[in-house]
Amino acid sequence: MAVIDLANPTRFLSLVDRVLPWLAGATALVFAYGLYRVIGAPDDYQQGATVKIMFLHVPAAWLGMMGWGVMTVAALGTLVWRHPLADVAGKAAAPIGAAFTFICLITGSLWGRPMWGTYWVWDARLTSVLVLFLLYLGMLALYWTAEDPNRSARAAAILALVGAINIPIIKFSVEWWNTLHQPASVMRMGGAAIDASILVPLLIMALAFTLLFFTLHFAAMRNEILRRRVRSMRMMQARSA
Amino acid sequence: MSSLGPHADFIIASYAVTALVVVALIGWIAADYRAQRRVLGDLEQRGVTRRSQRSGGDAASDAT
Repeated sequence: MAVIDLANPTRFLSLVDRVLPWLAGATALVFAYGLYRVIGAPDDYQQGATVKIMFLHVPAAWLGMMGWGVMTVAALGTLVWRHPLADVAGKAAAPIGAAFTFICLITGSLWGRPMWGTYWVWDARLTSVLVLFLLYLGMLALYWTAEDPNRSARAAAILALVGAINIPIIKFSVEWWNTLHQPASVMRMGGAAIDASILVPLLIMALAFTLLFFTLHFAAMRNEILRRRVRSMRMMQARSA
Repeated sequence: MSSLGPHADFIIASYAVTALVVVALIGWIAADYRAQRRVLGDLEQRGVTRRSQRSGGDAASDAT
């Protein structure tokens, strides 16, 4: 099957039906192995056992940003290439990205209280992630209140492109401003600043969360295609009545 | 394996919230799939078809 064939929703649905069980199985296996490695990971010499929160917080942060990245690519697909599945992909990614950003905020807050002495501080990193979450909520409101998906697609694509400006702000906020949040310790010049005994479980958990993201995204895209079919059939029924 | 130390509540709460959000997301997507399938089945049973199905063309060309 050529990649261009995936522009065809029926072929895409057939691909999702075949791929989804394998993707879900792989997600469960990698999660099981990741959690096993997390349990065996040593405490941090400064943060003690609270470093275990990092195995959730960091992948959730990455995927919160990746969700918006998916929506940005989908927005280009909608506005530039008018790809039939682009808006479907964007709409399906929004609640998943919002959920991961929510997990990032909550786990960060629960990690901050014992380490910083506060659940929240208005520093650049925390505030820019909160802005990302609010952008997700705005996107969901736009999608869920629009009756006609064709009308909401263009507005959602523009919002996705505008909101994409926030992604590099999140990434570089810890370098551009003086923040309570620590600087990057995995994706940075000069390599990761974390010991392998903690870095390896973190990367396995990041892979597990990424697989989970794509499993849920594919399933949500399938739902959205079916929802639009239902809408199309109801319109046909109304016309012929 | 290390014990969770004096901040165990925060660690357990983090894992519990994450599990809750992930399970809720999976449940919501699964329930949505069943709902769409049920409505689609009902419409097909009543003989409602999409435009692409009527013309005998590839159903997929009917966008979504």
